[in-house]
Amino acid sequence: MSSPPLDATGPQAGAPDVAGPPPSGWTARLRARTLDTMSAEDLLPDRQPAYVASWIYVFGVATLAALLVVLVTGLVLAAAGPDWWHVSGVGHFVNSLHLWSVEIFFFVMVVHLWGKFWMAAWRGHRALTWMTGVLSFLVSIGAAFTGYLIQTNLDSQWISSEAKDGINASGAGAFWNVLDVGQMMLWHVTLFPLGVGLIAVLHVLLVRRHGVVPPLEAPAALDVDAGARLDADTEGRVSLP
Amino acid sequence: MTTTWRGPTRPYDLVKEFVAALGIVALLTVVLAAVFSSPDEHAVTLQDWARADPHDFVATAAGELAGTTTSAGYGPPYTAEGESQSIGFLHLEQWAGTRIPVRPADDFVIGPLTATPHDTPVTAALAAWNGATADGRTAWASAYVDALAKAKDGDPAAVAPGDYGPVPALSAGLLALASGGGLDAAAVGAPATTPSGFYGTDSTRSILFLADGAYLDDLAGARHLHGDQWGMMNETGNYPGQPWLWLYSFWYQVPPFTGAWEANADAIIWGLMMVLSAALLFLPFIPGLRSIPRRIPVHRLIWRSYYRRYGRSTSRG
Repeated sequence: MSSPPLDATGPQAGAPDVAGPPPSGWTARLRARTLDTMSAEDLLPDRQPAYVASWIYVFGVATLAALLVVLVTGLVLAAAGPDWWHVSGVGHFVNSLHLWSVEIFFFVMVVHLWGKFWMAAWRGHRALTWMTGVLSFLVSIGAAFTGYLIQTNLDSQWISSEAKDGINASGAGAFWNVLDVGQMMLWHVTLFPLGVGLIAVLHVLLVRRHGVVPPLEAPAALDVDAGARLDADTEGRVSLP
Repeated sequence: MTTTWRGPTRPYDLVKEFVAALGIVALLTVVLAAVFSSPDEHAVTLQDWARADPHDFVATAAGELAGTTTSAGYGPPYTAEGESQSIGFLHLEQWAGTRIPVRPADDFVIGPLTATPHDTPVTAALAAWNGATADGRTAWASAYVDALAKAKDGDPAAVAPGDYGPVPALSAGLLALASGGGLDAAAVGAPATTPSGFYGTDSTRSILFLADGAYLDDLAGARHLHGDQWGMMNETGNYPGQPWLWLYSFWYQVPPFTGAWEANADAIIWGLMMVLSAALLFLPFIPGLRSIPRRIPVHRLIWRSYYRRYGRSTSRG
């Protein structure tokens, strides 16, 4: 069996990185659309634009930190099983940690969301960043809601009996049964965390790829490449020199 | 395509910021958990209900046989009969179908009694029930439901004489079964969607039956958990619950959802929340809404130190 000829313009040839034909093949295209779009400096920069100097920026990072605490405390609860926290003092404390980390998570996420709204943070090729953030918020609501449904106590009995009417009325209740604690438990401990986690990762990568949105009314905004073109779509124009 | 800022920059340690945030959030979580704990009122069992409020339990059991309970007339996804909600011409609940079939009389009363050994009166009552026509069963059960409603405190012992057939014996038999704890482990606890009841992971029937009575509703009302008490976002005790559901709960407190649209309030509110969520998601593309941050300049507060140092552009920026 003969080997295919080496591509003299490819990396194997040791040639310098010059403009060539667009990448072909699934692997090359995936690399071009992912890894090649960002440098290590883009991923983990040690400098930020001068305007990144406000307390509002803390809430994005705080949301990620709270999500991590939510996941870790949830993992401990999941590892011990659904009844543990009812019969163990330690389990009840871990449940309390899980509850309060969720409350903190939503608080800082909502402040982050409002902050980004008033910044019009979708400007300059950042619409997808905004949308993944909103999607993460909405999926997190589902995750938290199912957490309340699987407590296997009076709260979960009442909340599920009340919530079924709304979800049934939407037609979704026929497939997503909030009275089925087994189904809700699997959604809460697998599908929702997976969804929130993946969307959060994508959101962070988009933030790193496009950077922090520059100020409205910036005198010398140099949000180059994407900014000028996309602003026409999003009405979030920045002034180029 | 990446986007690069070509203006002035400053040192910024992202990793250090994340680690500090993680430490503060973790510490705050521990303090809040240690000080406030978390609520855990034990789940109500059918035995609890039968013992604490036997009159309500008997009235509910009779209602299941008569087909007058919420579950019996719910409609999709539980029963074929019953009025489903709609948003105008969108009958989503109806279109989704009866995918979680529940037969309240059989699943909540007759089935559990049949599956459990009983004394002679209950056995005879089951035979009479099974031998009767559907109309005859409904007539007996409806008469008994009406009689219980008229009796002092709903007490079965105070019911006026009448033609109730086997219904009083069946209701009393179910009360005895539940009081002993047998009903929690019987067919009511079995999954609604699978034939075997060995693994009790589906609580559909148990909660539907429990919610048909007044007992659970009374417990919830005393804890400010009703729908008209912002119940969807509350939980027992003085805990924050789910404040992020405030907008969803809000609609249930105001007209026309409490008045003219009440019959379809769940469907309409769900539709409304879907539209609002979509608007939030696609906000960057909605003219007018996306301009609000420019017209209400909160950003001048956010970026005040930058503007102080570098000034603001007079151009539309």
